[in-house]
Amino acid sequence: MSWWQRLLRRKQMEEQLDRELRFHLDQHAADLAARGLSPDQARRQARLALGGEEQVKELCRDARGTRWLEDLWQDTRYASRTLRQRPSFAAVAILTLALGIGATTVMFTVINSVLLKPLAYPHSERLVALHVQTEKLGDTWGFSYPDFLDCRRDNRTLALLGAWTYGGGTVSQPGEPEYVDGRDISSELFSVLGVPLLKGRAFLPQEDQPAGRRVIIISYGFWQRRFGGNPEAIGTSLVFEGKPYTIVGIAPAGFQLEGEADVLTPLGQNTEVRTENRAARFIHLLGRLRPHVSLTEAQAEFAVLSSRLAKQYPRSNANLGMTTRPLRQELVGDVRPTLWMLLGSVGILLLIACANVASLLLARAVSRQRELAMRVALGAGRARLVRQCLTESAVLGLSGGVFGLLLAVLATHPFLALWPGSLPRADEVRLDWHVLFFALAVSLATGLLFGLAPALRAPHRELEHALRAAARTVSGGSRRLHSAFIISEIALAVVLLVSAGLLGRSLLRLSSLDPGLNVSNVLTAHVALSPSALATPTQARAAWQNFLERARRVPGVHSVALADIIPMRTGENVLGYSTTVVPPPANQAPLALASTVTPDYLRVMGIKLLHGRFFTNEDRLGSPAVVVIDENLARHAFGRTDLVGKQLWSRAFGPAPLQVIGVVGHVRHWGLADDEQSRVQDQLYYPFAQVPDHLLSLFSSFMSVAVRTDVAPLSVVEALRREERAASPDQTLYEPRTMQQLVSASLARQRFLLLLFGVFAGLALALACIGIYGVLSYLTSQRVPEMGVRMALGANAAEVLRLVLRQSLAMIFAGICAGALGALGAARIMLRLVPGIRPLEPATLLVMTSVLLIAALSASFLPARRASRVDPMNALRQE
Amino acid sequence: MSPAKSDLPQGTLDLLILKIAALGPVHGYGIAQRLQQISRDVVQVPQGSLYPALHRLENRGLLAADWKETETGREAKFYRLTRKGRAQLETETASWRRLSEAIGLILRIGEGSA
Repeated sequence: MSWWQRLLRRKQMEEQLDRELRFHLDQHAADLAARGLSPDQARRQARLALGGEEQVKELCRDARGTRWLEDLWQDTRYASRTLRQRPSFAAVAILTLALGIGATTVMFTVINSVLLKPLAYPHSERLVALHVQTEKLGDTWGFSYPDFLDCRRDNRTLALLGAWTYGGGTVSQPGEPEYVDGRDISSELFSVLGVPLLKGRAFLPQEDQPAGRRVIIISYGFWQRRFGGNPEAIGTSLVFEGKPYTIVGIAPAGFQLEGEADVLTPLGQNTEVRTENRAARFIHLLGRLRPHVSLTEAQAEFAVLSSRLAKQYPRSNANLGMTTRPLRQELVGDVRPTLWMLLGSVGILLLIACANVASLLLARAVSRQRELAMRVALGAGRARLVRQCLTESAVLGLSGGVFGLLLAVLATHPFLALWPGSLPRADEVRLDWHVLFFALAVSLATGLLFGLAPALRAPHRELEHALRAAARTVSGGSRRLHSAFIISEIALAVVLLVSAGLLGRSLLRLSSLDPGLNVSNVLTAHVALSPSALATPTQARAAWQNFLERARRVPGVHSVALADIIPMRTGENVLGYSTTVVPPPANQAPLALASTVTPDYLRVMGIKLLHGRFFTNEDRLGSPAVVVIDENLARHAFGRTDLVGKQLWSRAFGPAPLQVIGVVGHVRHWGLADDEQSRVQDQLYYPFAQVPDHLLSLFSSFMSVAVRTDVAPLSVVEALRREERAASPDQTLYEPRTMQQLVSASLARQRFLLLLFGVFAGLALALACIGIYGVLSYLTSQRVPEMGVRMALGANAAEVLRLVLRQSLAMIFAGICAGALGALGAARIMLRLVPGIRPLEPATLLVMTSVLLIAALSASFLPARRASRVDPMNALRQE
Repeated sequence: MSPAKSDLPQGTLDLLILKIAALGPVHGYGIAQRLQQISRDVVQVPQGSLYPALHRLENRGLLAADWKETETGREAKFYRLTRKGRAQLETETASWRRLSEAIGLILRIGEGSA
């Protein structure tokens, strides 16, 4: 029989043991009787010889080797019984723990799925993302298409290297015209990721060529939406951007390249001019390492490749490096520190909960001292008592854990919905056995943590003293322990409170910042003109002009402009510039955010004109090339802002100088919080009318419209759409946003953190107050006789009140001092992790700690007042 | 209880039980009786520790037990030696012999020199 069988068949074993011993006694008695003893005497002697039936049974039970489990079971039942006897204590303790464990488990669930789990691709640890880097650019730039082709041909460390870039356009057949998000991908991309297509096949290498057959892969969602999931869709034709394509494959559900796209087309068929330009870095690269090749080897190889390209093409590739990074790190990006920071803060909350429950348990343990002393007197070993106490706290911890897990299951998805923007891999977040194991470990660890101090106080010597002493006296040791719990609770709460205060203060500062434009009553939306309207540059210019005129006619519209990038929206175009005709070495030029706009842009956005003029309809192709720069560029390039008439050069515009005709205010393009940290601080504008013919169709594909309205901005969206559809049925406006929404979204991360930290700090404050209240009530109730004596000797109520408050003030101040140190550390961490945070100001520290001081003092006031109202006669009689 | 009887040395009870069980299936009372008879009442068999020892040996897999009828027609728990128990008996017997010889030798030298 194995040990668990022995355990499960305990009853049967007991019965057999009984029969065995009875047989022995009967047989022995029979033998003795046969020798002439009377039956009674025989029985008596047999029993004596065996030496106490119960003791023998107990020894036999020990011999079974399952004793510890039986004890554990007994302790567990005893623990749940004692907990049930005091339901309010149990409820408070379990609820506190459930909150702490639940919050921690939610954070761990997210971290586990987002940061720890491997990506959902086969052998995903071998997937890498590649970037080019320069000192100036940082390392988040893409490759140019020619560089990609060279690297694909020449590298030896990657088994496969694939590329993709953003695309998209209008699908006009079958069905209603619709603007869809798209990606251009190289033929090997699916093999790089190791993802099989749901149906059909990936692109063939010969299709990934300029003159290849027009083939297209559609997403699962698009397939469901447009074809109702019909497998016959493969092989049929689809008109995309006015050209017929044959559907050859359907991507698996959930397939993403930085977001899901509806259509995938071969990158090699992209004939835009920029695909031949080595300086146009818009291609994202994904590679799969060969087996047994390390990341370092790949990095070394790409360093060699990049220096070779730099020598071969100094004009575009000088000073350019190439890096490889694990894909997982790439995808998770900057949420890693945020997630760990949040886990840290819920960890602090959990610690506070632990300290709270520990002080409650300690109070109970002290009042149970007599019971425990009695057990020792009756023969229980110290180890046995400690084990029993720990079992009790483990039961508490595990019950808290069960409820916490339940809480986590319920709260994880609402939490994800709250996450600002999109959390990478959010769709992969789910509870798995890692999380279960984590919750179990946390529950047991917290149980041990808060159970240890009370358990170690289990009496072992001076039993007599403990038994004789009235249960009311509190030894100094226990008082010190209680204070230690309160001090650490307060210290931890201060850390959370000050962090919340810091976030709140920063958010206040950030939202009061001037974005550099007038955000009220501005609507922005992406525009997709009809592909047929963009066939020739002349037609395209006319179509845009027509678009503007129609938009102006919509009631409620004040002014309309076009822009290729909208502040605080995704999309960027960064160019190098110089103030001399001789360009600086490649990739060493200062950078500016370049935006092409129509003349009314300044008026629509409400950007301040500081000097000179903005564009007019006279600035067009054929007239001198002009730019308007922002105050930052003016200061950086020329040291002053009144420099109308100066000249700038930029490679992207060719060798001719650009005339600076105006200086405007800086716009916080990268968001209220992030703009100050962005690498590119300079901004320049150039007229849309001067975009050269060969770039016009490319620029047309990512233009947005900005509209200043006299009415609520979103109310004109439908009218605008109707107006544009009247011009051509397959042109649309999509993703309309007001500038106000964009500004507010740019602070979403800070607001989200403030919300969470506010909640955490509030909980921490409440827990700390409950803790102080509980401990002080307990301590003062233990001191009732002492108060009685003091009052009998002449102390008045006010003096007793002061006495108790002084005791709690000492604890509170110690906690605040420790907490302030911790808060300084936390502030430094936040300064690094959250954009827009300023160093901790003394005022914030002062305000937040006084909040805690007031709350803690009010929590201690009630017990103190109760102590001051003690009737001396009653108190003395209790002694 | 006569003073001539002596207690069993530590750890030898298991060995004796195994030896007796090696002679054939036997119940607890039988073992107690057999021990007393064979040792001609010299060894004080602590009946109280006999059963815990039996259960311990059973748990360690050195003994196996079945419920069978005795000649008097009553059900009793009969212990028999397992293969593992036999091996254990052999090593323990050998080590006991070595030990007792060595001790005997030492005691004889003591007598000789005295």
